[in-house]
Amino acid sequence: MKITGAKHFVKALKFEGVDTVFAYPGGYVNDIFDELTHQDDIKLILPRHEQALVHMADGYARATGKPGICIVTSGPGATNIVTSLATAMYDSVPLVCFTGQVPREQIGNDAFQEVDIVGITRGVTKHSVLVKDRDELPRILKEAFYIATTGRPGPVLVDLPADVMKEIREEHFPKTVNIRSYKPSTGIHVGQLKRAMNELKKAERPIFLIGGGVNIAGAGKELIELVNKTKVPVITTIMGKGAIPTNHELYIGNSGMHGSYACNMALEECDLIFSIGARFSDRTTGNLSKFAPKAKIVHIDIDTASISRTVTVDIPIVADAKVAIEKMLTMVQEVERPEWISQIHKWQAEHPLPKEDKHKEFGPRMIMEQINELKEDLIVVTDVGQHQMWTTQYLKMEGNRQLIMSGGLGTMGYGFPASLGASLAGQKKRIICITGDGGFQMNMQEMATAVCYGIPVTVVIMNNQYLGMVRQMQELFLNQRYSLTCLKGDKACTYPSDLESLEADYVPDFVKWADSYHVKGYRVNGKDQLIEALNQAGNITDRPTVIECMIHPDELVFPMVKSGTSLYDMILED
Amino acid sequence: MKKRWLSLYVENDSGILAKVSGLFAGKGYNLESLTVGPTEDRTISRMTISLLGDDATFEQIKKQLNRMVGIIKVIDMTNIGIRSREVLLIKVTCSRKEEVDEVFRMAQAYQMTVAEYNGGDILLECMNRDKHNQRIIEQFRRFKNIEIVRSGSAAIEWDVRPRL
Repeated sequence: MKITGAKHFVKALKFEGVDTVFAYPGGYVNDIFDELTHQDDIKLILPRHEQALVHMADGYARATGKPGICIVTSGPGATNIVTSLATAMYDSVPLVCFTGQVPREQIGNDAFQEVDIVGITRGVTKHSVLVKDRDELPRILKEAFYIATTGRPGPVLVDLPADVMKEIREEHFPKTVNIRSYKPSTGIHVGQLKRAMNELKKAERPIFLIGGGVNIAGAGKELIELVNKTKVPVITTIMGKGAIPTNHELYIGNSGMHGSYACNMALEECDLIFSIGARFSDRTTGNLSKFAPKAKIVHIDIDTASISRTVTVDIPIVADAKVAIEKMLTMVQEVERPEWISQIHKWQAEHPLPKEDKHKEFGPRMIMEQINELKEDLIVVTDVGQHQMWTTQYLKMEGNRQLIMSGGLGTMGYGFPASLGASLAGQKKRIICITGDGGFQMNMQEMATAVCYGIPVTVVIMNNQYLGMVRQMQELFLNQRYSLTCLKGDKACTYPSDLESLEADYVPDFVKWADSYHVKGYRVNGKDQLIEALNQAGNITDRPTVIECMIHPDELVFPMVKSGTSLYDMILED
Repeated sequence: MKKRWLSLYVENDSGILAKVSGLFAGKGYNLESLTVGPTEDRTISRMTISLLGDDATFEQIKKQLNRMVGIIKVIDMTNIGIRSREVLLIKVTCSRKEEVDEVFRMAQAYQMTVAEYNGGDILLECMNRDKHNQRIIEQFRRFKNIEIVRSGSAAIEWDVRPRL
């Protein structure tokens, strides 16, 4: 049977098992939308902004492990997704994004709503391609899914000229993919791994440094087994958090800019870093020339280009985290290292993470404590900033919990739409979006989407009326010269010492704002109020809830390593 | 910083050149020359890249290129036998007879072909290794009015040891 490009497109999505598409219509994708609307197998979600749309697909992808599917129109629709593609690229999230394009004969004419989106997104996608020939459409669609989901996952962009989608061809769906210029690694070099395991056995002070790759590979169970067998203490990057339960006896915490004292000290003193699925980013390592001076480094990563990119590695191993750990389990030996473990415990006892808030009556640590108390299975999605760092520091990851956030790119505005995507993934977990008043306002138009589709996300806003993370840097490193971090926009913005006058005059009033969406909003100043609000929100299952927590702007994230300095120069407290 | 040679087998698609050059620009790698053209297989093009870089950067470049969709194979030709050639065109505008004589003399000395001569302008051409062309260019800098165009090097592996 002969079918149009648009019809083929929708059939191909079904062929790939797509159940949800995040889509925003426009002039040059009308044929596709016409086909999509007249079918019932694929659920369509209409957000309010294309950036948020792709973040939603990203949250969906991280919650399910399946690729997130996006369709936007040409021109501004396409340029709006650039930030979200970069976000997914950094955190290795599989996405397949389709952009409309002007008809082929108009390409290059600066036609209405024409942009060279393939060119624009080249640096922020794993692959981007323009379909120039209707005959190539079946192959390109099949390959897009394959490239997005194999090897190191990432976003793929397919640009679809409007006239290609009208052209009629014989129906044809390729079953297999063979791309001679793309052969992701699937096995593992056993010789290298043996060398690495030998180093592990010999090491007196080894550390497992676990990154997001272990979470992506779904290798948590295998990791726990590996740690139990080897008795090697575990440090995670913020993207690796949750790969091992936070209450595991050998889990120390996160390393890096806001990592714990014990973790950063352990990295300085260890004699072997055995890294799996981490990429030694500058936030994890601090000043490279001073990073882990006594350590040999084993680096397992699916992406060859991540190995020896920042730190020089002694034993490089290219492999999927799960494949690697499974193989390691066949080779492991337990070595007792009581002195090393007790040294780490000593560091933990010397400088634990600050337990109390500066303003003891109510603050971020108390909020995290109450979220930790929740009994339901959780997906916690954060935005970017102080609240994110407090989450990475204090969130307990035991039982059935997942943490989703923008780690590599640090995209403000990510959290709320991603939490909606995670909810739409249908994982039967409660979704908590922890966000700040700054980042939330970058994509809060999505409240309409949440209400229209009845998405039950609990939004916890840590509202300090500042862009807190940058404010913290200005406080610590710029002699408290606050430049535009006060959301009142007042250059000379000084903040009052009491919360009441702080609350008196600010925009927006998130509770009234929530009300305009027919959403229940709570303003919270204390522990009991928060517990009550969290409980009530948990019972609202047909729409989101907003809990606005009023916290003081001088609550800071500690420890902190100043950007560009050594990990061991930590500012431990105020 | 050391001079390096890379040869890439790439899909003969539009966009690959932009991808490769974009990688160099975006990551701040120091590209010296890049040439590209189709091979015996018309669906495949081959790029020759010469660049300056330290060991770590060069390793990173190779890895980045290797994982790029559209690049079929990356060959590091820095330390293997290769034959490389670059076309050099030099146009000299002479104002005096003595200058013309001097240009012809130098063309002969450097085994360059006189492609065009109209009594005043002389167009010379030659094909050499890029280093050799560089030396020729230095010699021609003594003339005030010169224009220089270089093609960039194309290179192919060549084992200098006799096979029989």
